[in-house]
Order: sequence, then structure tokens, then C-alpha cells
Amino acid sequence: MSQGLSGAEQRLVTPGMTIGSLTGMRVGSGAIVHNDEIIATKLGWVRENNGTISVDPINSPYIPRSGDLVIGNVAEVRNNLWFMDINGSFQGLLPMSLAPWKVEYGQARQHMNVGDSSLARVQEVDECHNVVLTMKGVGLRRLSQGAVIDVPVNHLDRIRGEGNANLDRMKETSDCRIIVGENGRVWVDGHENGIDWVREALDIAKQHGHKSSFDSVMKKHEKKFNKKGDA
Amino acid sequence: MGGHGDVQLLREDGLRLDGRKVDEMRPVSIQAGILPAADGSAMVTHGLNVAVAAVYGPMEAHPRKIQRQDRAVIDVRYNMAPFSTSDRIRPGFNRRSREISKVTAESLESVVLVERYPRAKIRVEIEILAAEAGTRCAGITAASVALADAGIPMRDMIVGVASGKIEGTVVLDLDKAEDNYGQADLPVGILPNTGEIAFLQMDGDLSPEEYDLAMEYNFKAAGEIHEIMVAALKARYEESEN
Repeated sequence: MSQGLSGAEQRLVTPGMTIGSLTGMRVGSGAIVHNDEIIATKLGWVRENNGTISVDPINSPYIPRSGDLVIGNVAEVRNNLWFMDINGSFQGLLPMSLAPWKVEYGQARQHMNVGDSSLARVQEVDECHNVVLTMKGVGLRRLSQGAVIDVPVNHLDRIRGEGNANLDRMKETSDCRIIVGENGRVWVDGHENGIDWVREALDIAKQHGHKSSFDSVMKKHEKKFNKKGDA
Repeated sequence: MGGHGDVQLLREDGLRLDGRKVDEMRPVSIQAGILPAADGSAMVTHGLNVAVAAVYGPMEAHPRKIQRQDRAVIDVRYNMAPFSTSDRIRPGFNRRSREISKVTAESLESVVLVERYPRAKIRVEIEILAAEAGTRCAGITAASVALADAGIPMRDMIVGVASGKIEGTVVLDLDKAEDNYGQADLPVGILPNTGEIAFLQMDGDLSPEEYDLAMEYNFKAAGEIHEIMVAALKARYEESEN
């Protein structure tokens, strides 16, 4: 059993480990209270922020929340709606009324077919995890070009960086358009070399996203592209 | 089990046939994240047993009739590979694998926070690649590490351990000969942090005193295996840190 709090140092915990006592602390995500002790429920790093102890999971499934921007793949089409795979436990439902086109009943397939990708927003999630998506909104559209790359959901913050700094640098270096979906999918569009570079960068994020060396590895990778570009 | 009094399982020096002491476990090693395609995975080597577990999900439970509106269901499939023992095992589900799948699922349900994922299913596949007594324990330990690796919220992990009785002596962690010719077997699923028991089965007879001693051995072994489980999970993310 593990004891005590780590303070500033990051500590890796496994489910069931005691990460602190309840006195004066609030319990955040990835932890529960058992016998006045705070117990980790996930494998991850302990984080203490303003009196709240939580565990940042190393690996976690995508849980849709209302307002999330997601990249979905059409999994099934009905006469008046689409079922989208949004990389979560359940498929999202995109009704005809929330599509950006005027769709006649029975014509849904002509606008988006099985396998097509689209940029959508989570309109609503109910207590039974039913997800309703919308494509009405600025920038929400069918993705007819570019590449969609899967990344771990819990590394999205590292990929974006402080105030989107990493993401902006990636866009600038690769000269590509990049959209990061909250569901762990990244859409990249631009020149072939740029897409390849972003793919490699996201691979680095997959492997090093949880490490403190992530920023330095990414910087090395940026230099690599610059050199390629010069050559 | 039992009735094979003519088979000698304890040496004259009090050690077991493979040289272990009565309260000594076979060597255990665990590796987490061995299957990149799975959401979580682990391999447990316990003596000559090799168990691999893969976890997928949470995902929508199909068929719909198995869905629970207030929680997730855990779908466990325990299977022994045809080449896992010297006698070829006929592929597919049998009565034994069905039973072990059921007890494993029920014990995992007691630690996984299933209420977080209503209507969902968490798929746990346990494949025994090599068997030498104690595969259900190795399987449940592997499943537990794989669930943690997949980021499934759990209030504790489960450690599978077994004790038994041979020639009237309580011993920890039976090997194949001891399991076949011994007098009792007591596999237990222990929650190492809280000391709770998630599953307990008993084959053969133990007196209350023998039972207490067997459980004492089990708890001691569970603590040791838990340390290996934690080290395996940490090794995956800490070894190349910085």
C-alpha cells in the first residue's frame, strides 16, 4: 500500500492505492473515498490542486460531454439519421434535423455514407449515455480530405500545450490544418510531407505524452522537419 | 483430489518435490501492455502457467438483452489453448471454462466501478497459453492488471492465489502433481489493499485450523503478488522516464 502525498513531485499510482486522507481534502476524478481515505481508482499520476486530489489517468476511454468537438465516422445510416462512431463506449446519433444540409427523408445516405468522417459537436448526453450529435455550427462539416489520426484521449492536453502553444507550433512547422477532436481523433490536412510529419509527432505524443521529456522530444522532432524542408 | 495416498508429495526433509518450502510460492512475473491492439493487456507467468489477458471497452453491450440500465456488465471469456497441456484440449467453451469465466466475471464486478458505465460491456479475454495448476488464479491476476492498464476505474485490484493440503500438510500454491494428488485446494481472489475476498472456492476438505493457515498463506502470497502487479504497471510508464 502506498502512503502519503507527493507534493510537487508526480507520483504514479495503481487502483486501490491510498493517496491521502480525507481531512481537509476534496476528492477529484480518478479517486474515491473509502474509510476516510482517498483511494485511487485508476492507473495514473496523482495531482493535487487547490485542496483537491485527483488522478490523471494514463489510459482512459473517451467519455462524451455536451459541447465536445468530435471527429466521428459514420457507422450506420438510417432513413433520417446517422449513427457515428465517436471512439466512445456508445455510438453518437446525428438526426437529420441537426445536419447542415436540407435532407429529404430517405436521402441521408446521399449526404454521408458509411465510412465517411465528419466534424460534429456533442449536443446532448443523457444519464444512459445516449449521445446526440449536431453538425449545425461554425466549421462543422463532412471531412472529405486530409487524414484522421487516433491519439490517446488523456494526452490531448499535452498535444495542445499551454494555450494551444504546441498545436500552433505543429501547425506552423508542418503548414497543415489540424483539428483536435476531444474524442482522441486528430484531423490533419495539407501537404503530404506535412501530414507525415504530424503523424510522426502524434506518434511521439502517444509514446512520450506522459513523460516530462515530451517537450524536448517534440522540439527535436520540429528541428528534424526544418532540416528536411531546407534540404 | 484425495484418495491417492500412495503418491509421495513431501520429501523427508519437509520440502516439496520441487524443493519449495510449504509456504513458498512458485516464481511470478507480470508484464503489462503486451498487446498493443487491446485497450489493456497483461501476461502473468506463475510457475509454468502462462496467462494472457486482454481488455476491450467499455463498449455498447450486445445483444441488448444483456444490457443493464444502471451498470456495465463484465463479459469474461476464460479459455485454455489446445497446446496448454500435454493432453490436447479440445478448442472451444466447456463446462470448466464456463464456470471459471463466471466466477472471474463476478469477482471482477465487485471491484470495477461498473455503475460508471450504464448499458456498457467490458470485455475481458483470458487465454491460458501454458497450464500447470492454478490457471484460474493466474487468469484473474492477469485480468486485473489488464483492467488497470485499460484505465477502467476499480476500487482495488484482485490477486488470485491458492493454497491446499498435501499429505495432511497445508501448503501454498499447489503445482500440478500436488493439485492432482493432494487432499484440498483453496483458490482465493483477494483485494490486497482492503483485505476483502472477491472469490473463494474449495475443493477437498480442510479443518478450521487448516483453513486458517491456508488463508494466512494466501494473504501473505497476495501481498507479494500485488507488489509484482504494481511494479509491472509502473514499469510500463516509468522505465524510460526522462
